[in-house]
Amino acid sequence: MSNALEAIQIKKVYGDYTALNDVSISVPKGSVYGLLGPNGAGKTSLIRIINQITMPDSGQIVLNGSPLEPRHIEDIGYMPEERGLYKSMKVGEQCIYLAQLKGLSKSQAKERLNYWFERLGIQGWWNKKLQELSKGMAQKVQFIVTVLHEPSLLIFDEPFSGFDPVNANLIKDEILKLRDEGATIIFSTHRMESVEEMCDHIALINKSNLVLEGKLSDVKQRYRDRNYAVSLICADNDFAFKQIPLDFNPVPIQLSGLDNTLDFKIKIPTNIDIPVAINKLTQIGELTHFSEVIPSVNDIFIQTVQENG
Amino acid sequence: MTFVSPLIFVGVALLIGWLTSINSDTARKIAVLDQTGDQYESLFKNTDRNQYIVLKGLSKSAAVAASKEADYYGLLLIEGDNGNLEKFSFYSDDSPSPDFISAIEDKINNKASESNLLKNNIDVELLEKLTVKKEIELQNFTGEKTSKLSGWIKIATGGAAGYLLMMFIIIYGNMVMRSVIEEKTNRIIEIIVSSVKPIYLMVGKITGTSLAGITQFLIWVIVGFILMIAATTFFGIDAFSNPANADMMAQTQDMSKMELILNDVAQLPILKLIFCFFIYFIGGYFLYASIYTAIGAAVDNETDTQQFMLPVILPLMLAIYVGFFSVMDNPHGTVAVIFSYIPLTSPIVMLMRIPFGEIAWWEIVLSMALLYISIIGIAILASKIYRIGILMYGKKTNWKELYKWLRY
Repeated sequence: MSNALEAIQIKKVYGDYTALNDVSISVPKGSVYGLLGPNGAGKTSLIRIINQITMPDSGQIVLNGSPLEPRHIEDIGYMPEERGLYKSMKVGEQCIYLAQLKGLSKSQAKERLNYWFERLGIQGWWNKKLQELSKGMAQKVQFIVTVLHEPSLLIFDEPFSGFDPVNANLIKDEILKLRDEGATIIFSTHRMESVEEMCDHIALINKSNLVLEGKLSDVKQRYRDRNYAVSLICADNDFAFKQIPLDFNPVPIQLSGLDNTLDFKIKIPTNIDIPVAINKLTQIGELTHFSEVIPSVNDIFIQTVQENG
Repeated sequence: MTFVSPLIFVGVALLIGWLTSINSDTARKIAVLDQTGDQYESLFKNTDRNQYIVLKGLSKSAAVAASKEADYYGLLLIEGDNGNLEKFSFYSDDSPSPDFISAIEDKINNKASESNLLKNNIDVELLEKLTVKKEIELQNFTGEKTSKLSGWIKIATGGAAGYLLMMFIIIYGNMVMRSVIEEKTNRIIEIIVSSVKPIYLMVGKITGTSLAGITQFLIWVIVGFILMIAATTFFGIDAFSNPANADMMAQTQDMSKMELILNDVAQLPILKLIFCFFIYFIGGYFLYASIYTAIGAAVDNETDTQQFMLPVILPLMLAIYVGFFSVMDNPHGTVAVIFSYIPLTSPIVMLMRIPFGEIAWWEIVLSMALLYISIIGIAILASKIYRIGILMYGKKTNWKELYKWLRY
């Protein structure tokens, strides 16, 4: 699979503050690529460079195999985090204006707008001023403006903020539909559950540096840490409470249980093989559940950020 | 507002005219008690405005009481001894206008002086004939006569042009600044600058608003002019002149003087003024609008603009004051000349100098050239601030910060 976008050794310095320090990412074609990082990590700086709003001090962006040029603005759709449109301008006029900025002709823009307004169920809003719309409605308009010129690369910054669950789901489905139609999606968010649901690749930027990048499944593979969820039915809880820390010493364990059922997580030390561990557990009580805990993106995020100070 | 403003303007002028006319409808009642033997009471004839009631045979205190009782506007008490005027006083709970008071003074004093002359066997008519009452005549070196009001006409024209320019710069400058702030707080700016270069957006914005300003100005002038003519024709009210003064002017000025004034107005370099107004408006507007856009880009909301407004307001105020004091005093004085070359003040100061005439074309061209060259410089600096400012959020900007942006 070739890459839709490659950022090579991007460096951006503002005065004496380094916003991006030799950051390189590769976004495969047709992927949903999650760009993660705490506030102020440099995500927005990178997105702005991809959008040619600012220029990198060094490094190069390659879009669909060729270095980024002004004409590429037509291939990119960008929905910024803090969204906004002209409040006192009519929805239709505004969409046409913004579409023309992206190189569409007026009639083309009109045609596509009609299609999208229908698709998102906002027909009849054409002549309304934006300030008359609810926030969710305005977000839909913003979404349409972003995708209208059918760019091959779509960048969404926190795409779900401001949407109610029904509309958030609608937008999520639209984004996935666009991916199926061949677009590549980069999206930047703090909402890890949406990353989990949608992304197939992630990159984590912390303090201006890229600290993690790759296929989500590979990343998770890397962060597997022999954590297991266990359920036991024990005849004697007190025995179990004593025995489990002994067997899996010195690893901290969590114990919780009702009556004689114990649910807990353990980290199995590397010197104990999994079958041995299972064997030990069955000696304590009746093993009803044993499964590996795959780290969530949230865990990986927090762990990586803390490790990198 | 585009079309409504001139309507409001004319409406207010008509309203003032109408209010003044009904204001004069009710006559004030004024009692006159002449204790000199009825010499002076005949001087006071009823007019639309004032109705005189002559009191006879009353004592001073009785007259005061009676006037108060009858709710008269005032009481004029003329006191004398054996037919000689001793003093006169006006009793009123109101405060009579200076015009009214001096009219009474003049009437009584003239009459008293006349009778004094008669008593001393001086021929009043002869004296009148021998008194010299010539007025100074004003003309320029080419021999064109001007009226004494000429200076005032020039001040009014120049002042109006300069003031108008300042108002337009402030109004439209604020407009462009608000639109920058709106785009910035809306974040729509990020969508737009991902499609066009910030400098194009900035220049386009300024050009657009300056054209809007010129259109607005033309609409005001044309609509205002048409409405004024319509109003004066249909309602018969001369909205341009104050009715209170019209009377006085007619009395004190004969036709030749009116002709001189009209001549003065005709001699004003109107075409030059209008031409220069547009050039200076465009230049001055671009200069200040560049600064306004930079300010708009540097802040997050309108309240934060205060700290940066000083460099905009200060030169404008300075220009107006230099205009009203130095230029009026001597349009070719050093201060006036220097300020008509400094780009930040030249649009206003030069416009104020032009009606006084004798500004060589090279002076105007030099001043315009300096203005337009500095626009390029200021616009480049402003665009540097703009480019960075529009993408900078949540940071309180100060002068030091702006200086840093200039050097990026």
